[in-house]
Formats: sequence, structure tokens, C-alpha cells
Amino acid sequence: MNNVSQDHFVTADGRSIGGALMEMQNITLRFGGVVALEDISFDILEGEVRAIIGPNGAGKSSMLNVISGFYVPQEGQVLYRGSLRPAMKPFQVATQGIARTFQNIALFEGMSVLDNVMTGRITKIKSGIFSQMIWKGRAEREEIENREVVEKIIDFLEIQAIRKTPVSRLPYGLKKRVELARALAAEPSLLLLDEPMAGMNVEEKEDMSRFILDVNSEFGTTIALIEHDMSVVMDLSDRVVVMDYGKKIGDGTPDEIRNNQEVIDAYLGVSHD
Amino acid sequence: MELTASGDLVSIPHLLLRNAQKFGDRPAYREKEFGIWQSWTWLETAEEIEALALGLIDIGVKKGDYVAIIGRNRPSMYWSMVAVQMLNAVPVPLYQDAVAEEMAYVLEHCGSKYVIVGDQEQVDKVREVQETVSGIENVIYFDPRGLRKYDHKNLSSFKDLQKQGRRVKDQRISELKKQIEAITYDDTCIMLYTSGTTGRPKGVVLSNRNIIETSKNSSEFDKLAPGEETVAYLPMAWVGDYIFSIGQAYWSGFCVSCPESVETLNMDLREIGPTYYFAPPRVFESQLTTVMIRMEDAGKFKRRLFNWAMTLAQRVGPDILDGKEVGFFDRLKYFFGNIFVYGPLKNTLGFSRVRVAYTAGEAIGPEIFDFYRSLGMNLKQLYGQTEASVFITQQPDGEVRSDTVGVPSPGVELKIESNGEVYYRSAGVFVEYFKNPENTADTKDKEGWVATGDAGFIEEGTGHLRIIDRAKDVGKMADGSMFAPKYVENKLKFYPSILEAVVFGNDRNNCSAFINIDLAAVGNWAERNNVAYSSYQELAGHPQVLKLIQEHIAETNLSIAQDKMLSGCQVHRFLVLHKELDADDGELTRTRKVRRRIIEEKFSDLIQALYNGSSEISTETEVTYEDGRRGSIKAKLEIRDVPVIDKVDRKAA
Repeated sequence: MNNVSQDHFVTADGRSIGGALMEMQNITLRFGGVVALEDISFDILEGEVRAIIGPNGAGKSSMLNVISGFYVPQEGQVLYRGSLRPAMKPFQVATQGIARTFQNIALFEGMSVLDNVMTGRITKIKSGIFSQMIWKGRAEREEIENREVVEKIIDFLEIQAIRKTPVSRLPYGLKKRVELARALAAEPSLLLLDEPMAGMNVEEKEDMSRFILDVNSEFGTTIALIEHDMSVVMDLSDRVVVMDYGKKIGDGTPDEIRNNQEVIDAYLGVSHD
Repeated sequence: MELTASGDLVSIPHLLLRNAQKFGDRPAYREKEFGIWQSWTWLETAEEIEALALGLIDIGVKKGDYVAIIGRNRPSMYWSMVAVQMLNAVPVPLYQDAVAEEMAYVLEHCGSKYVIVGDQEQVDKVREVQETVSGIENVIYFDPRGLRKYDHKNLSSFKDLQKQGRRVKDQRISELKKQIEAITYDDTCIMLYTSGTTGRPKGVVLSNRNIIETSKNSSEFDKLAPGEETVAYLPMAWVGDYIFSIGQAYWSGFCVSCPESVETLNMDLREIGPTYYFAPPRVFESQLTTVMIRMEDAGKFKRRLFNWAMTLAQRVGPDILDGKEVGFFDRLKYFFGNIFVYGPLKNTLGFSRVRVAYTAGEAIGPEIFDFYRSLGMNLKQLYGQTEASVFITQQPDGEVRSDTVGVPSPGVELKIESNGEVYYRSAGVFVEYFKNPENTADTKDKEGWVATGDAGFIEEGTGHLRIIDRAKDVGKMADGSMFAPKYVENKLKFYPSILEAVVFGNDRNNCSAFINIDLAAVGNWAERNNVAYSSYQELAGHPQVLKLIQEHIAETNLSIAQDKMLSGCQVHRFLVLHKELDADDGELTRTRKVRRRIIEEKFSDLIQALYNGSSEISTETEVTYEDGRRGSIKAKLEIRDVPVIDKVDRKAA
């Protein structure tokens, strides 16, 4: 399943993976004189779990920000569902069906878990401010529909017990799960996860891995994730992009990556002579 | 719904059909799903169960088949049991937290061809079992989550099976009717495996007669009515849950509510506000511990109000509850206490509407028992076992004390043998242990008397039964005086900081003990006393914690010394264990009872150290993690002496 192919195929565990959802073509991103990304091309296929890995400072988060449309690269182009994507504001990206979580949790600390997850539905609300104030007809109906979606996600991620708990009182691992819930509430077709397992203990990592796989297989959501922990990535993803110093040094299935000399060098470190 | 009740009420399916007619539009089940309580009336319940039963017929479930049921308390799991019973097949509920290895034994022993499970976790375990046990033909699951990509050759969904049942209704309904009509009073109703403190689990066969008679008698005893509310949260494999959530619920026609998840139980309890409630002493203990911890963290004013109210409640609360005479001013004060403290507290705990509550399984600490009663909650004790279909003795309203377990339940005869062991005979007495005639004959004699395995006596005057200890645990010390470990352990466990205690001393000169600290209580204590720790093990070995435990044991010794018969059981030396005793390691049963023999073997080095006078011991213990992996813990444990009171001193004092 390496290399781009437009044909649909079915993975060993029965999920169907389709054509390219997103294509990065020769992306170069600079901050002043610093080249964060240099001539990077890869694609994300519909329905797959795609990982971007690399050592610290490799440009992973920059890459994710390019995918999410937060950074606009100086060179190269981003194709989304086959067409060229113009520069967009973050909320416009969200309406396109892309949702994300953050490396440093970005939740509303004072609000309950339920309210936080409900904010993920914001792009689905069509009723205007007046009907919301009067709380009749459309506004009420929409709230009920949105709550139903949110409750299904709460059930899915097993956070019923903290539904009404303010986020500030939750431990780190649960906050990460709430963030995932909020991203899922937008019913995205592409979910971007920035280090979903950073700072977690082994048990929390196992739980999170299971949730990511379940999201992918139950909802068919395409997932692009950045991760530090090699072993986790290798178990989770269908295909992996490896970056180092802003360049792409490998792209392929976990097995291919494991045997890629350049990748091994980047991770284990070799003398540059 | 095409089925109708006919003839006598000889089985649970018959009761279901009666309820569908009599209480058709009253709620029978509730479950919280997606944040909302969903409910099913008796009529809807009967339809759901009928559809499932038809589906089961269609896949070939026959009379006499054993169908294992594994899952948390959900309406679908309860319906499965009744649907299986409609076909005169036998439901065998298993503990959902059992590891695959334990399940394998039971599944093989009962030769179950069909297994109905709650979710993926259980499917995975059954698949693991299937590697070694053959004969499981079909696995039916309720929650499809994560199972989409599984091979569905021998795996089907609960809802699909119901659909199949509805589809074949026309062809199969007469067959189902015939099956239900053919059920007799002496057919097997259910088989329950007892966790057993020793040896392999035994399958207790209970007939329709056992269950229906018991449900009838016990419902009448407490005047249970169709309006009762209960929350089903105890393991479905335990006989109590079957009697409370199915037997009595179907007999009386009341509603059973299932919590959203294990973690949300306390919130769900509060929302439902049960009127009829059961919990083992452990639950009441941990709730009280939580309340006390929170009160210690509360502000000064609240704490003083709470202490004032509780002192008053302890003095007059139980008497008011029992309808005894209490002075006008005390009543007035209690009335205000109820507005400011007791009412809100009961509401927080979810006990506002409790009319009858029971506790059983272990002895409950008198302080804990009195605490709940003084709040005005009618908490009572009962004594029972699986072999009796639960009820042997129970406390009638107005005759409730913490040190007895009550009078014989309606229809139960009691006798005490010369060795002190309690025997009983009733309509609830089990039929047999499945495929185990020797054990059946050992336990139940030809006249139907069953040995409880507990030593006790009937109190003069009141006729209440008092239990001392397990008959086989009661031993003799080297000097010939009586040794009753449980009696001492229970006294120790009444301290919030002590979670578990194991006392040794049989055939020895003196007693010694293993202690498990309660992490929540001791952790809070450590916080308030500036005791720093980083792990359970470190906290358990902290000198100040040892000092605290030492003081508790010294107090306990003082109270044991008062008892002429048992003053020899004072604890001379103790150590605090570096790990919590755990059912996964085989140290406790699934119902959390201590397995003495296994602990004695496993920690023989520690016991030796308790008796050879050493003050310290290094040890290594194997542990099993929740996912079945194994590891080991190393620790250095300190052994401390505790002052004891000799008989001579007591006389002098």
C-alpha cells in the first residue's frame, strides 16, 4: 500500500482505504531565514492512519499546521479532495471537515467536559443569535441534535462519569481524552492529532491507542498524527512519514520504515563525516 | 406480545407474563444511556425477551442447555437470563471481572454451548477460552463497539438475534408457548458458581421452587410493592443480585435501574433514589470513609455543625427510627438536624428515599451500622448464602442490632450442632452441586439440612442468631483457648485506615496479623499530617503509618480482652503488607473474602518472621496485573510488637 494509488483497497483488518484525501506537493515553509520545511511531498489517503514522526525540531508540528491551514507555505501547494486549497481562516478549515487536538491541551478550563465537547459542534449550528436567545424552534432542535451527537462521543470515549466535571479538575490523561472528544464532535473527515500520547503513562497510552484505532474503524475517520514514541506509531499507523531537520527522509509502511537506514541513523544518531 | 400467562406462577417467565398483563405500562427496567434514563415497561420488556427467546430457539438452543452470561448489569443481560429460562434452558451468569483462566473452568464444567456477553472485552476472553475449551458454538454480544472487524462466523449480535426472532415469530411462537407451559416447579431455574474460599468454584443448582418461594417469602417479609425502586450494580453472577434484581423484582413487579457505567454509579444512585437497597459492608464503609474525609477537609462551621448533628443522631436517631419513645426537645433538635445535615447527606449518598436497606456477606462495624441508622435509614442485616437462595436469617423492622444477623427468615428452620456449626432447612435449599455428588452429600443431608460452615449461637430471649466465625477457621491456640480470626479481623477492619486484616494464631502461643492499609483514608491522613510518600508501598512502610496502625491494634486488644472466651486472640505482633490483597492474585475471592490458606502459603516467609522475633524481613512477591501479565514486588517490611492485656492485669484493674 505504499505509493499513491487512486484505487480503493481493503486492509488486512477489513477497513477500506480510498484515494488521496489530502496531497502535499513540494511544501517549503520558512520563518525569516529559518527553513522549517523543505520541499516536502506526501499524501494522506481516505480512511488511513497516517503518522508523521521525527526527532525534536524536525518540523512535525509545522507540518501539521500546514495541513490544518494555520501556516501558509511559501512554496508548494496543498490539495484537499483533489482541488487546490486557498489560504483560509481556522474556522473555515473547521467547516471543511478538519479537526485537531493540540500538543499543549487547549480546553476551556473553567467549563464542564460536556460544554467543552459541545463547542466542537459550533460549526454545525445554523440558528442565529436571536433564535438562540428566544430558545424556540430551530435553536432548541439544533441543541438537542447536537447534544445527541456529543453524548454518543462521550459514551464512545467512556467519559460519562466526568460529564459535568470542570476540566480544570481533571488529570492530564483525561484532559487529552476530552480534547479528542471535542475534535470528534465536529464529525471531521480528517482528524489531526498533535502528540496525543505525550506525557502519558503506559496504561494511558494503551487506552488512547485503542480509542484512536476505534475512531478510525468505527467512524471511518482519516487520522493524521504526530508522535514521538516510535513503538506506538508503528502499532497504530498504516503509513508513516519520517522527518528530520525539515526534510522528509522516509515514507512507507511501518515495516519499511523500520528497515530504512536513513531513519535508523536519524533516530539512533550517526556521526556526520 | 402474543404470549399470555396461564396456570400457576411456577417460573420467572410465568411471572414476566403476569406482570406484562398486570403492570403492562409500569416501568420494569431503566438504563442510563447517552446521559438520559431510557426505560422499558413490563409490556415492552416481555416483547424484547420474547424476541430474544425466539431468536435463541432459531439458532438451536434447547431445553437443558447451559447458556453462560457475562457482562455488567444491563437490561439486555437480565433479559438474556429470562429468555434462556423461557426455553427451559439454564442461565449461568459469570463474574465479568474474572480472567479468562477462571472462566475456562466454569465454561468447561457446565459444558455451555452458547455464551451471551456484554462487550468486546468479554468476547476477547471467551475467544481465549475457546483455544483450550471446545464446545462453545455461538457467542452473542450486546455492544458492537470494536467488534466490527471480528470474524462473525460464530459471533452474532444481540440485536440481530432479536431481529431474527421477530422474523421467525409466526413459525416459532407456538413452540415457545409450549416450552413455557412445560416448565415445572422443580426444573432448574439458574446455576450459580460460588466463588469459594477454598478449592474450585462449585455450580449451585437452584430450582424454580427455590427461587420463587424465596422471592415470595422475602418480598412479603419487607412488604415490597410494585412501586419500589432499585439500582442493580452488584455482580450478576452473585445469587443476591439474582434474587433482588430478578426474583423479588418479578414477584413484586418493581423497577430495576441499571447505571450508565461503573464510575457513574454514585451519581446514578442519586438520580434514581432507590427505595430498596442492598450493599455489602465494604460499600457502606467506603462511603462513610469518603464522607469523613470530606468533612475533615470542610470549613470549621460545617465541621462543627456536622459533629453536633451526628452526636445527637447517634444518641436518638436509632430510637426514632425504631419508633421508641424520645423526648420532645430531642425530637425537635433531630428535626432541625434532618433539615441541615441528615437530609442533605442522605441525598448526596443517594439514600433519601430508602425504605429498606440490607447489608450482608461480612460483619459490619457497629459504628458504621449505627451511623447509617442514626441518619434515619432503615439499614438491616441479613445472613445468607448461595445454597439457601440467599435468605437464612434477617432482621425484622424494630429489632435491628449490629451484633446479630436476625431471626430465621419465613420458612427457614435453624439448628446449631454440638460443635457450634449452624444448620438450616428451607424451601430455598439448593438442589445440588452440579456434577459433584460428594460435595452435595457433605453439605446437605438426607433430611435437607444444610451446613453453613459458620459457627454461631442463638441468643437467649431474643431468638436472634449471632455468628462468631467460619466454623473451619475457628481453631484452638496452643494453650487450648478459642481462636476466631474473623472476629478479630472484623474489629480491626472497623478502623477506616485498615482495609483488610489477616490474623494468624491457630496452634500457636499468640496471635499476629497482616494489615492492608486503606489508601484513600491513610493517604488523606498523610496529607493532613505532612507525611510525604510516593507510592503505596512507601506509605505502607512509613514509620508514622506503622505507629498509627499499632495504636489501632492496641485499642482492639483492649476490647478483645473484655471477652472472656476470646481474650487469647489479642494481636501480639503485626506487619503492614507492601501490596493490597487482590482477587487477581488469588488472595481474595471475587466477592473479596480472604483466602486464608493461599495467603498462608504465599507469605509463609512473612508469617515465620512474625513468630521468630525478627524486627525486619525482606521479601519478594509475585503479582498479576489486570491484563493478566505477571511481575514481582520486592520490599523490606518492619515488624512491630503491640502491647497486650493479660487476664491477671484485667482482674487487678
